[in-house]
Amino acid sequence: MIEVKNLHKSFGEAHILKGISATFHQGQTNLIIGQSGSGKSVFLKCLLGLYSYEQGSIEYNGEIFADLSEDKKRDMRAKIGMVFQGSALFDSLTIEENVMFPLRMFTKLKKDEMRDRANVVLKRVNLEGAHKKMPSEASGGMQKRVAIARAIVNNPKYLFCDEPNSGLDPKTAIVIDNLIHEITEEYQITTVINTHDMNSVMEIGDHIMFLKDGLKAWEGTKDTIFRTDNEVVTDFVYSSNLFKKVREAIIKENK
Amino acid sequence: MQYLHNIGAYFLMIIELFRKPTKWSVMKELILKDIDDLIIGSIGIVAFIAFFVGGVVTIQTALNIDNPLIPKELIGFATRQSILLEFAPTFMSIIMAGKVGSFITSSIGTMRVTEQIDALEVMGINSLNYLVFPKLIAMAFYPFVISIAMFLGVIGGLMACIYGGYASVDDFITGIQQEFEPFHIVYAFIKTFLFAFVLATIPSFHGYYMKGGALEVGKASTTSFVWTSVAIIIINYLATQLLLS
Repeated sequence: MIEVKNLHKSFGEAHILKGISATFHQGQTNLIIGQSGSGKSVFLKCLLGLYSYEQGSIEYNGEIFADLSEDKKRDMRAKIGMVFQGSALFDSLTIEENVMFPLRMFTKLKKDEMRDRANVVLKRVNLEGAHKKMPSEASGGMQKRVAIARAIVNNPKYLFCDEPNSGLDPKTAIVIDNLIHEITEEYQITTVINTHDMNSVMEIGDHIMFLKDGLKAWEGTKDTIFRTDNEVVTDFVYSSNLFKKVREAIIKENK
Repeated sequence: MQYLHNIGAYFLMIIELFRKPTKWSVMKELILKDIDDLIIGSIGIVAFIAFFVGGVVTIQTALNIDNPLIPKELIGFATRQSILLEFAPTFMSIIMAGKVGSFITSSIGTMRVTEQIDALEVMGINSLNYLVFPKLIAMAFYPFVISIAMFLGVIGGLMACIYGGYASVDDFITGIQQEFEPFHIVYAFIKTFLFAFVLATIPSFHGYYMKGGALEVGKASTTSFVWTSVAIIIINYLATQLLLS
């Protein structure tokens, strides 16, 4: 479980996060949604410890991350998996070596054991047979799956994803969303996903937090987001004609 | 003020790259890869440039000696001094600032742009140690490249002398051996070690701390070349003043 209390973050004069509190539970896919510039990425980077913050706290299973010693922070980071927006695979390593990378850095496994573990995870993300390819030879969807495999190979307790399906076609995006959701439930990970894709919200939103101008404007689930009266949320959710029609259908159905 | 900030940030980077070392089994492979990329990969171009510039130095010296009272050995002597003291260590390093420096800046800069450095940091890896330290160790072999440049520069001069008919082989070799100061070799290699440090760290600094996209990677490479060259010229002046005067 991750608990965030009253988080404030500024860059110079710009106050980006204005006191966000949230709880992200284990075994759930927690989605952070909001318009561009709402503070989603900054919030995620604060959770990951890439940005320091002025006020508030972030607790991982009751331990305040900022108060940990350097060694404990390092141990904690070994329990974190991250899927970056652009996959962030290491160009000079093959797909298999990319997946083995956290094992090489943090475990004392032998090379064969690492390779076996990497192949198990690659199979889990449906990428068996691609392990000798370089990242540049893989499609966008494949790269995302490799990034997911790399993030989960060391059995993380926490998984963070920054817009995991951006730049993917709708069908591949759903495959990636479902994969993350399945892995979250299967390994009982606390997953936090930063997205503005409404399809993701509808597919995997166990817990959704809506940010606006650095504040938490709404919190709920994929079942409640379509029924909310919160204008800020409805403006965002129903900004496309497709979702406007979905809403009309829901209202009609409820009548 | 920005210059002062960058100088401060550069020295902080130097301290940081020795902290939280990467596992030796991983580091060993990174060092070997960087030796291949930075040292072995540079030998060809260094050999080519050194050989032909050595030849040009000889021709220029020979053509400018039109006084019959000046002995022909001076051609060999001038070629040796030019190549050993300045051309091989200093000017070859400026050429390497373009070759090795821009490679380092663009490879680290691209890792920054594509969030690969963030990925390392999220995993709790000291990305500066992981990326820059192996380059620093690999560049410890840079004097080997400069030795090749020194040798081939003199050989190039000898070849130009023979085929251009500027002096006899005996005269040229006598000139090479004339008034040889072993300390000049020490001086050249002290400079080379200092340049190797600069060649590994300044381009890394510009790549690591760059912001923006692909265009900025190109700009960072250019800036890194300029500042590496400036640092080499300043260090060359100071080292010469301290060691030879």
